[in-house]
Amino acid sequence: MTKPLSIYRIAFKNLQRKKARSTLTLIGIGLSAWVLTSLFGFNQGYETALNKDIDNMGFQVLLTAKGCPYEAATLMLKGGTGLRYMPESVISDVVRYPGIEKVTPMLMQAVFDPNKGESGGISAYLGVDPASYPQLKAFLSFEQGSWFTDPLGYQAVMGYEAAELEQREIGDKILIPEKNIEFTVVGVLKRSGTQDDGTIFIPIRTLQKEFGQQGKVTALGIKVSKTANIIELENKLYDLPDVQVVSMAQVRETIMSLVSTAKVMVISIALIAILIAILGVINTILMSVFERFQEIGILKSMGAMPADVFRMVWTETVILCLLGGMLGVGLAFGLAKITDFLIRRLLPYAPTGSLVQVNLPLALLILVIVLGIGLISGLYPAWWAARVRPLESIRSEGD
Amino acid sequence: MAAREILLKANHVRKVFRRGSEEIAAIDDISFTCRRGEFVSFVGPSGSGKTTLINILGCLDNPSRGTVSVGGMTVFNDTTRLSEGELTRIRRCYFGYIFQKFYLVPTLTVMENVLLPLSFYRKEGAAADALPLLNFLGLGQRIHHRPAELSGGEMQRVAIARALINKPEIVLADEPTGNLDTQRSREIGQILRHLNRQEGVTVLLVTHNPLLAAVAQRTIILRDGRIVT
Repeated sequence: MTKPLSIYRIAFKNLQRKKARSTLTLIGIGLSAWVLTSLFGFNQGYETALNKDIDNMGFQVLLTAKGCPYEAATLMLKGGTGLRYMPESVISDVVRYPGIEKVTPMLMQAVFDPNKGESGGISAYLGVDPASYPQLKAFLSFEQGSWFTDPLGYQAVMGYEAAELEQREIGDKILIPEKNIEFTVVGVLKRSGTQDDGTIFIPIRTLQKEFGQQGKVTALGIKVSKTANIIELENKLYDLPDVQVVSMAQVRETIMSLVSTAKVMVISIALIAILIAILGVINTILMSVFERFQEIGILKSMGAMPADVFRMVWTETVILCLLGGMLGVGLAFGLAKITDFLIRRLLPYAPTGSLVQVNLPLALLILVIVLGIGLISGLYPAWWAARVRPLESIRSEGD
Repeated sequence: MAAREILLKANHVRKVFRRGSEEIAAIDDISFTCRRGEFVSFVGPSGSGKTTLINILGCLDNPSRGTVSVGGMTVFNDTTRLSEGELTRIRRCYFGYIFQKFYLVPTLTVMENVLLPLSFYRKEGAAADALPLLNFLGLGQRIHHRPAELSGGEMQRVAIARALINKPEIVLADEPTGNLDTQRSREIGQILRHLNRQEGVTVLLVTHNPLLAAVAQRTIILRDGRIVT
């Protein structure tokens, strides 16, 4: 009851004087911290998600027909395998190279489905080889059923989301529009968090036959042995005529270079947000110090040393920034899904999985940064307040 | 009976302010001695130098010339100028200030306002005296109230409690009743007299109010920066 007030309590009470001003400043800092957290979380999350997508492809190198590498990379990660066709015979050329462990051909075909969505949409089918593809994708597991075994059968395996969207279970039929061919669903994959979730897999031979693409593939997935020099192999593969070699390392680089533009933009926004927050904090605290000019003089006449006043004002800034930082980190945690959605709309390509990873170490890092902002912003107002001479305030009311 | 020790002493003190090229002497060649336990009031017209004088005596301002000592220690002379930190240490030990404006922190309660100086410096047992002090000042029932909920007289009494919490040897009161009506002014006068007579606190009072000045044992009249009597 009669315990002297701590400097922190005094500082906190001082901030309560102008509640609206303190609250607005706090919101400003909070928004800046939110942007910062989301940006850093995006930085971590995007690469993790991209790496996961790439790892889950099951192959390290993709061979497509010659074309735009960006297009190839994007299509590949979105579940496609290129728009152009290569002769299937390229497999026999590829397997001759040392260091190649497995090769699997793929054929992507798409048709317009008038019953998809409200005004129709594109349905894509990936033709895969039942002998080699499941081996490369050994990590995929089934919700129902299993892979098709007949290379010429009219069977399909559906990714989790594709099955959910079409409301299909094993034993159900799916119809390829335009072609009027029915396939029996023999397997539904478990959710993998990759592009496989939305894919419908068909035996490649059947797909080639029905779409009149016999002897053609859109891509070859190549698994390289662990001991092989992947860069050397890529260079050798370029000796093959009319092929585009897309390595996962290249894909990663390509995508990251595309994303870097967006990142620069977001970093710029974050820096501006930080600058605005700093100026906002300086303004708020300085205004508060100016308003308390006489009171600070009285505090000094009561025995407060310049260092005490400096500490009091600095503490006010730090409290404001820490509360704002906590608000921002809380927003980042709470609104991660919305942020994810907004960022996805900005990017040319977004991998599956969570794009914005907000975790405890990141939250702590942001709090440290915001604390740093507080310490820097508070320097000038605290220095100004510490220099107030008691006489200056008292003389203003003297005779 | 032996004379009480000299607590405050000013010798030929002069304070000059500059206004452009013009020099204005707010106080000029003032010598003054105050012994422990005295109650001295300073009166005089506006601009006579009362506030300037007690600011210098209270180590809030330094003189342009002359010597000031507090408790036997020279604080200012023509060669000595103490730093702000050193002056703060002297102020902590010796002085409690009461001003015309109350300068209470609006977000703190009465009790918190009184305890505020102890956040920076506290003499032993000071915190425990807060409640008895507030009771003595008639504010025992108001300790949880905020300044906005108090009358002008109550606010000034809180400011007095704040000035007294660290048991100062000297209370400097500069126009403490300037914002109060006659009844409240009389109450403040009685409090200051009680402090002086019962608690032995040395009081220096600046006032325009002759009734309040009459409470003091000794009255010094200033005019044009000089002591008249």
